Amino acid sequence: MKILLMGNPNVGKSVVFSRLTGVRVIASNYPGTTVGYTRGETKLGEDTAEVIDVPGTYTLEPTSEAEEVALEMLHTGDVVINVVNATNLERNLYLTLQLLEKGVPVVVALNIWDDTKHLGIDINLDKLRELLGVPVVPTVAVTGEGIKELVENIPKAASPRLPPRSRDERWAAVGSIVDQVQNVTHRHHTWRERLSDASVKPLSGGIIALVIMAASFIVVRFIGESLIGYVFDPLFDNLWAPVLMRLSELLQGGGFLHDIVIGKLIGGQVDFVQSFGLLSGGLYIPFAMVLPYVFAFYLVLSLLEDVGYLPRLAVMVDTIMHRLGLHGYAIIPTLLGFGCNVPAVLATRILESKRERFIAATLISIAVPCAALQAMIFGLVGARGVQYVVIVYGTLFVVWIILGMILRFAVRGFTPELLIEIPPYRLPQWRAMLQKVWMRVSGFLVEAIPIILGAVLVINILYFFGVFEAIASFTAPVVTNLLGLPEEAVTAIVIGFLRKDVALGMLAPLALSAKQLVIGSVVLAMFFPCIATFVVLLRELGVVNMLKSMGIMIAAALITGGILNLIL
Amino acid sequence: MPVERQVTLTRMRAGQSGIVAYLQGGRGLVNRLSALGIIPGKRITKVSSTLMRGPVTVEVDRARVAIGFGMASRILVQLDDGPTK
Repeated sequence: MKILLMGNPNVGKSVVFSRLTGVRVIASNYPGTTVGYTRGETKLGEDTAEVIDVPGTYTLEPTSEAEEVALEMLHTGDVVINVVNATNLERNLYLTLQLLEKGVPVVVALNIWDDTKHLGIDINLDKLRELLGVPVVPTVAVTGEGIKELVENIPKAASPRLPPRSRDERWAAVGSIVDQVQNVTHRHHTWRERLSDASVKPLSGGIIALVIMAASFIVVRFIGESLIGYVFDPLFDNLWAPVLMRLSELLQGGGFLHDIVIGKLIGGQVDFVQSFGLLSGGLYIPFAMVLPYVFAFYLVLSLLEDVGYLPRLAVMVDTIMHRLGLHGYAIIPTLLGFGCNVPAVLATRILESKRERFIAATLISIAVPCAALQAMIFGLVGARGVQYVVIVYGTLFVVWIILGMILRFAVRGFTPELLIEIPPYRLPQWRAMLQKVWMRVSGFLVEAIPIILGAVLVINILYFFGVFEAIASFTAPVVTNLLGLPEEAVTAIVIGFLRKDVALGMLAPLALSAKQLVIGSVVLAMFFPCIATFVVLLRELGVVNMLKSMGIMIAAALITGGILNLIL
Repeated sequence: MPVERQVTLTRMRAGQSGIVAYLQGGRGLVNRLSALGIIPGKRITKVSSTLMRGPVTVEVDRARVAIGFGMASRILVQLDDGPTK
């Protein structure tokens, strides 16, 4: 049996899904968190049923690509659990009535039930069941309340097979049902609502946006730096370094195996940043340089997501984003990109048109450095002085703006206007939020560490056999003349295709000037997507558009690097 | 009888309330707006607007919706200053 979870965006389908299946999925407080399908299984008595978390849709008359797919999915389901936001029956029941016209058995989960009480909303459940003709179960998915009853009611799912209606007739029917089952008592605005309104007003909203962005940046840096300085550096220096030195002695301090496992000794000692072996840099880069920032970034991002701030930020930046051929909601994939470009490119699905998705994905791949790369920029460029970090970020920001303005005119098609629901601010559920952070961090560890170790291995082997020297002399004119980098830097640019953090790490032993390090960081950030991003770009944009996007990346990286080389 | 006052959403002041009278636009516009419950006959309250022809935020059925400026300028509202229910 196949059970579909369907409902308006941001009503908690993904949380219900996790409760039913035990499969953890990313859930947040903004419409469009789920852009793909997640499947899981749940027990129904003796049987096992397949459960599918369908992206949110307001209507079955498709108005966007995501809604078209939702409609196609509907034909494959045996039962639909229609997750309804109990605090907004007026809008949510429209989809419910459409589902009841389709002849598929439906159970209604009245989610966010706990909020109805303090919002002064009283719903007559028996009357609602009678009018809809299907089981209606109040639920609070975040706490698990009502989930057991929901499961018990799945076999009782029914379809009244309502006659097809026109849109106006359906809205009229919704109005009539709401009048009969719902009683709203007047109440005063809460502080959360006042704060909510303040964050979309011109002056207060602008100040709130700036404060939140600045605070996020400071908190991420503080947590990242502290973890490195007080936890990971001492661990590596005091516990791991002596072990490697013993091993180095065992390997007679040099040779093929020594170079691969430990790398080159610097002044007779292991230097975690410059010795580029599997057990030195290969472990230090992911664990002690990147992981602390990945953790810190996702902690802050998850908090902003769960509180519900991001759609408000989208409103505040809408005007700016239109200059780049996008609308405000594109800020959400962009912010995700500062963690990892892969989910960011996937999240561009929340944008309505192909044109926006192309522009957003291209801009993210070029001008939004992922957390891993940023951690290395902080670590290596930051060591030369804060001003150089500022130049790197400033350059990427200017590129983002200028390239966006060019793409706005160059890419055909149109950008629809912003139209989004702004969810109420919610206090985060700490447990669920920390689980989400853990999912993302462990996702980083599982996906990044094998590639990082593989990259270090390949780099050392290629170095040993002199392959890079051949590439370096071949590409020298571009690298040395245009970008002003030493020939060897090309190896880092090539490796950037595997992992950008490792690639930037390869620049560390080259004794670059601060200017060269800035150019190297900017070019690495812009030049090519890493292989994981490459794969999703290919899948999301298609071959032709992906090639276009890559062409833009290479051109933009060389031009920007060349300009930096001239003016710095 | 109060004076008939119909204005576009963009010309309403923050805090003003009224009933959606008419959506001036094609099928696409009407589809997208009605999906969010913005249909003629609905009570709508303007929460805020943003600078430089930015989006307008409104309250409809206790939900907040942000609407791009161009779209908001095609929503006609019959002003009556304040909810009647």
